[in-house]
Amino acid sequence: MSTVNPPVAFTQDELGWVSWIDPLPEAELTERHYAGLVDRARAKSEYFRLLVRDPEVLEARTKTDKDIFYNVADGLPRAERELAAAATSRYNGCIYCASVHARFASTYSKRRDDVQRLLDEGVGADLGERWNAVVKASVALAATPIAFGPDNIAELRRAGLDDAEIVDVINGAAFFNWANRLMLSLGEPSK
Amino acid sequence: MGTQDIIDTLAGIEPGSTLDAIRARRLQARENAQKSYLALFEPVDAGDFSLAERAVVAAFATGLHGESPVAAFYRDKLAATADGAPLLDAINAEIERGKTSGPYGAYPAGPLSIENKAGLIYRVSAERKPVLGARLVAALEHAHLLLFQPRDAASADMKALLAAGWSSTGIVTLSQLVAFLSFQVRVVSGLRTLAAANA
Repeated sequence: MSTVNPPVAFTQDELGWVSWIDPLPEAELTERHYAGLVDRARAKSEYFRLLVRDPEVLEARTKTDKDIFYNVADGLPRAERELAAAATSRYNGCIYCASVHARFASTYSKRRDDVQRLLDEGVGADLGERWNAVVKASVALAATPIAFGPDNIAELRRAGLDDAEIVDVINGAAFFNWANRLMLSLGEPSK
Repeated sequence: MGTQDIIDTLAGIEPGSTLDAIRARRLQARENAQKSYLALFEPVDAGDFSLAERAVVAAFATGLHGESPVAAFYRDKLAATADGAPLLDAINAEIERGKTSGPYGAYPAGPLSIENKAGLIYRVSAERKPVLGARLVAALEHAHLLLFQPRDAASADMKALLAAGWSSTGIVTLSQLVAFLSFQVRVVSGLRTLAAANA
């Protein structure tokens, strides 16, 4: 029996994740499943071996994710895409997702203390005009009903973002409304 | 030539427009958001989660976000499925009962407990349970949980779905469908807002 030690606060530490329903055993994975995993190494992850029960959806989801966050030939810097992911996760309450993307935001921005304030104080933390605009837009987009509006666009523009960068904020924040719901509902984080 | 891009269609993005060009710079994301949609709504294997069930859950999930081109699209999709009309009436009534503001929910006991926020615990009305059936009743209640109070999800919710006849694979696809729609409805809303700001 595995022992789960759930974190009770948001953190940039590395966390584990334990599934509530059975992932596929690694020995049962076929080429169809490996195509769904995209990276073969993901067969070691309980989370991905659970999602690979529907390989076509996982493959498309993974490739959507990678392009939104890793395609940095142009557009919003990676740090701020990760900030949108971390802010969305903080607001939705996904301690696991927030830990991963807060770490990435810290790595790429070198602003670890500011990222930690987002985790500690919540999405109202004052992180300066540009980050505040990204966090506020992400939060407005995560609300249901969706609260994202022309004021968010105006604020992002005042902070210096062009339309392509604003689309990167929209994509990054919207994607974490997908990711958070999977991580929160199919299992739980463990320290 | 594949199907028309669903996000572009719902967001009203015309070929040759500024937003079309911006979306083309994230071609993998654009194409794979489309492939996600197709994998969920035109799957190679619908054995664990039928097409009709997918249409019901999608109409409910998008309708709970309020009226939008996305909600209208999935409502039409449900109306077009066999026996969809009576189900659509039931779903429209359940959307009205389930509408609220999220996210809310509780954190594990500790320093975050001060952020706990109570809200509606949605249950399908007794009068509509017969038309929906046990599987869909469980699916709608789970979808509402995922949409509005995702941090309240617990292992007991998995057991409720299993008890209602969902397989583990069906639960994964159901979760993906609700979570994907949470993404799709937001991308469309965001792009529409940006387009309007430029008009």
